[in-house]
Amino acid sequence: MIPRHQQLLFGILLVTSLLMGATLLHLRERAHQRLIAGQDSAPTSAPEVAPAEEATLLVANDSDGSLLTQARSLPLPSDPGARARAVLGKLLDVYAAPDATHPVPGGAASVLQVFLLPAPEIGAAKPAGVSSSEQIEPGPQLAVVNLTGAFAAGHPSGIETETLTVLSICGTLHANLPRVTQVRFLVDGQPRTTLAGHADLTRTYLAADALPTEGAHP
Amino acid sequence: MTEAGLLPLRYVLPVRCETRLSLFCHPFLSRLFCRLALASIVLAIPAVAQQAPPAPAAPPPRFMVVLDAAHGGDDTGGHLGGNQLEKNFTLAMSVRLRSLLGARGMQVVTTRESDMAVDPNKRAEIANRAQAQACISLHASEAGSGVHLYASSLAPKQPVRFPAWKTAQAAWVTRSLALEGTLNSALLQGGLNVTLGRTSLQVIDSMTCPAVAVEIAPELSSAKKVATELDDPDYQARVAAALAAALLEWRTDAWRTEGHQQ
Repeated sequence: MIPRHQQLLFGILLVTSLLMGATLLHLRERAHQRLIAGQDSAPTSAPEVAPAEEATLLVANDSDGSLLTQARSLPLPSDPGARARAVLGKLLDVYAAPDATHPVPGGAASVLQVFLLPAPEIGAAKPAGVSSSEQIEPGPQLAVVNLTGAFAAGHPSGIETETLTVLSICGTLHANLPRVTQVRFLVDGQPRTTLAGHADLTRTYLAADALPTEGAHP
Repeated sequence: MTEAGLLPLRYVLPVRCETRLSLFCHPFLSRLFCRLALASIVLAIPAVAQQAPPAPAAPPPRFMVVLDAAHGGDDTGGHLGGNQLEKNFTLAMSVRLRSLLGARGMQVVTTRESDMAVDPNKRAEIANRAQAQACISLHASEAGSGVHLYASSLAPKQPVRFPAWKTAQAAWVTRSLALEGTLNSALLQGGLNVTLGRTSLQVIDSMTCPAVAVEIAPELSSAKKVATELDDPDYQARVAAALAAALLEWRTDAWRTEGHQQ
């Protein structure tokens, strides 16, 4: 037979345990509410809106295989890399539109990044007596365009359509950032052999070669 | 020929018989034997000449065409209308064109004869080993209109003994552009829409021959509607016939050029 004082002690401990459990649950809920309240994503300052500028797009036309120059007004950041991405985003938005002359799905989100690097000059030797700091003066740039895998996977297959996409990207970059003379492509950060089975993405493209005369074929 | 052969022999007979056959015991017998022998030879010459096969004519210069049916195996290429795959279309066009070129006396090498994957470098290797006078890479697409002709976008360079593999076509770009022009003329004569351009294709850029990529697309009407589908046999036949006619003209030009050089 269990003594009475032990029964009372057991009852008190049981009630205490339940109370402690309830208190812990309550505290957890309060902490969770505080955490949610702390993650308020409302902007603390208004986003900077770049002024709208005129950008030049080289828009492809599948029906005659031409690249046509079009002027579009859009907000352009001052940072060259962001500027290049914004311009290419606009170009791919044009291609994703329902009435596009060169339909390619994906739109602006297809351009992940555009990196601008000093363009390697083949055979250019460093002049004697020139320090390394003097070598970084503004010169030709290599743009590395990182596209999404979804863009490459959804791109229509064909020599003409892929070539037009590549050349219009190269030409648009050069038209808006004249220092960009060479362009390379990555897909999801990795080198890729072709865009959609045809156009070679392993080589470096010369941006100036993509700039056509009005209405001319690439 | 007979007169020209007999006259000198008649003239020679007395002299040679007097001098060479004087070992016979009797001069008369000696001369008689000699004249009979030589007469039989002289009479035999026209007969022999008639029986002998004519001198073999110089064989026509070798003319080799490489047909590269793009894609194959796991690499299906683009999806064309009517659930057709680009790899099957290019193979069918390659077979059709090969028979047309063979009928015109051209030697043809193909990079694939069945639905098999062939590495782009292997395709270029096949073309380069063939030392062909024309290399045609066949493609198809739903985008665009008519036939698209593409030469390499590499800048022309002087030939070197050991060219870089990825830019080997640079020494042939000028000839490739000429071939592109010939194909363009023939396709236009065949009533087809043609788009010319330059592109960067791994297969073409590694070839050491006049090389052009031919991409066949549906024909669009002036209202941008599809007028002729890719699977139209008549359309395929027109394109193949125009390509064969262009290569025939290319061969004629090549032979004429070689003739001038000789």
